[in-house]
Amino acid sequence: MMELDQSCSVLREYGSEQSLISKPDGSSTFVQGDTSILAGVYGPAEVKVSKEIYDRATVEVLIQPKMGLPGVRERAREQCVRETCEAALLLTLHPRSSVTVILQVIHDDGSLLSCCLNAACMALMDAGLPMNHLFCSVTCAISKEGQIITDPTARQEKESRALLTFAIDSVERNVLMSSTTGSFSVQELQQCIAISQKASEQIFQFYRDSVKRRYSKIK
Amino acid sequence: MAAGFKTAEPLEYHRSFLKENCRPDGRELGEFRPTTLNISSIATADGSALVKIGNTTVICGIKAELTTPPNDAPNKGYIVPNVDLPPLCSSRFRPGPPGEQAQAASQFIADVIESSHLINTEELCIEKAKLCWVLYCDIMCLDYDGNLLDACVVVLLAALKNAQLPQVTINKETDLAEVDIQKKRPLKINRHPVGSSFAVFDDSIIIVDPTAEEESLSTALLTVVTDEDDRLCAIHKPGGTSLSGEKLQHCINRAITRNKEISKLVDKVIKSMKTAK
Repeated sequence: MMELDQSCSVLREYGSEQSLISKPDGSSTFVQGDTSILAGVYGPAEVKVSKEIYDRATVEVLIQPKMGLPGVRERAREQCVRETCEAALLLTLHPRSSVTVILQVIHDDGSLLSCCLNAACMALMDAGLPMNHLFCSVTCAISKEGQIITDPTARQEKESRALLTFAIDSVERNVLMSSTTGSFSVQELQQCIAISQKASEQIFQFYRDSVKRRYSKIK
Repeated sequence: MAAGFKTAEPLEYHRSFLKENCRPDGRELGEFRPTTLNISSIATADGSALVKIGNTTVICGIKAELTTPPNDAPNKGYIVPNVDLPPLCSSRFRPGPPGEQAQAASQFIADVIESSHLINTEELCIEKAKLCWVLYCDIMCLDYDGNLLDACVVVLLAALKNAQLPQVTINKETDLAEVDIQKKRPLKINRHPVGSSFAVFDDSIIIVDPTAEEESLSTALLTVVTDEDDRLCAIHKPGGTSLSGEKLQHCINRAITRNKEISKLVDKVIKSMKTAK
C-alpha cells in the first residue's frame, strides 16, 4: 500500500538570478540543490531564410553539456524545452524572427531537465518576451520500494525505478510536457502528477516574488 | 473545390471534419490506420522487420557484433538503436547529419528499451569482462506519413523477436572466440512494449494515429508506451498545449487496448514464420 508522504512535495533549496550576462537579451541562472543551469535568450532576432516561418517566430534551443559536445541525449532534451517554450511564447507577434534559448549545464546533480526548463522560463521573463503563461518543471523519482521523491539528486535518480519529469503551466496547472523513463503504473503516474502540481505552486510563488522584488527596486 | 479549400485553409478544412467527429481520410477519432507487419525482410541481417501503419513505412535491421563489455557493467551486453530519417521518406528532411527529430526519436527508442526491460542485457554477455554481444538496431523510415514513434517501437519489437544469434564459445587454449553459425538461438524477450501516439487539436480534441498533415496542424503530440501488464513504460509529450488529467487517462486507456491488438499481430506473424519453416 503506497502512502502519500506529507513531506513528498519538498523541493531542494532553489534560487535564481537574472540579468547576469550583458550580451544576451535575457539571461538567468537557476539552481536546484547542486544542479545549476545558466540560460541566455536572444530574441526576437534575425532568422535564416531556410528556417523562417511566415507567421510566427522560430524557437531554437541549444543545450551545452558540462563536458564534450552535445549528443543525442541533449537533442531529446532540446526538443522538450523547445516545444514547451513554443506553447508559452506569443510567437505570432514576431513573424519571420528567431528566439534562441541557450542553456549551459554548470553542474548536474539530478533533475537536469527540470532545472533547464525553469532557467529557460526565467530567462524568457528577463528578456521581456510576451508569453501567454509561465511554466515550471518538477521531477519525481519512484524508488524501488514505491516511494515518490520530488526533485531527486543524481544518486536518488540512479537508485530509482522510474523518473518522471513534468512541466506545469501557471494558469490552469495542467501538464504541458512529460518525459519519463522506467516503468510505472497508472496510479503512480496520477500521484506524481498531483505531487508535481502541488510543488509547482511553490515555484510559481517564487517567480512572482522575484519579479516583484526586481521591479520594486527600479524607482 | 475541396482540394482548393484544403490548400488555402488546411486548419479550417480539418476542423470541419473534426466537428462531425471524423477525419479527412474517413477514420473515426479513435481509429488507427491498418497496420501490416513483415519479418525477415533483410536476409543479411541477424533479425529484421518491416511495418506499415497506413502509409508510414519503417524498416529495422539488427546486426549483432562481438565486443568487450563496458567497464561500468562488465557482465552486460548492450543494444544501440539508431533512427534514420533519410530525405527519401519526406521532403522535409534534408541530406546531411541527422536532424533533431531523428536524434530525439533515437533517444526515445533507447529509453523505451531500457524502461521496459525488453531484453535482459546480462544474457547478451558471453564471458564477463571479456566478450559480449552488441546489437545494432538500425531503424530507417522509408515513407513518412506521421506516427513515426509507434512504428519504430513495433518494428523494433518484431525485429528483436525475429533475431537469431549464433552460439559463441571461448576456446580455453587460444583464448579466442569461436562462432558456430550453424547453431542459432533466438533472443529472450521479457516484455512487449507497444506505443500509441495522439495529437491534440485546438487544446480539446484528441485524435489517435495522426498523419503527417494532422501532426503539423496539431497543437500538441503525445506518445504513450505500455507493456502487456498495463504498466506504462513512457509518457512522451515533448511540449505543446496542456492536457488535463482526464484526457491523459483517456489516452492511456486507448493505448492499453492498442497494446493487445499489436501483441496479437506480432505473435501471429512470428508464429506464421515458424510454421512456414
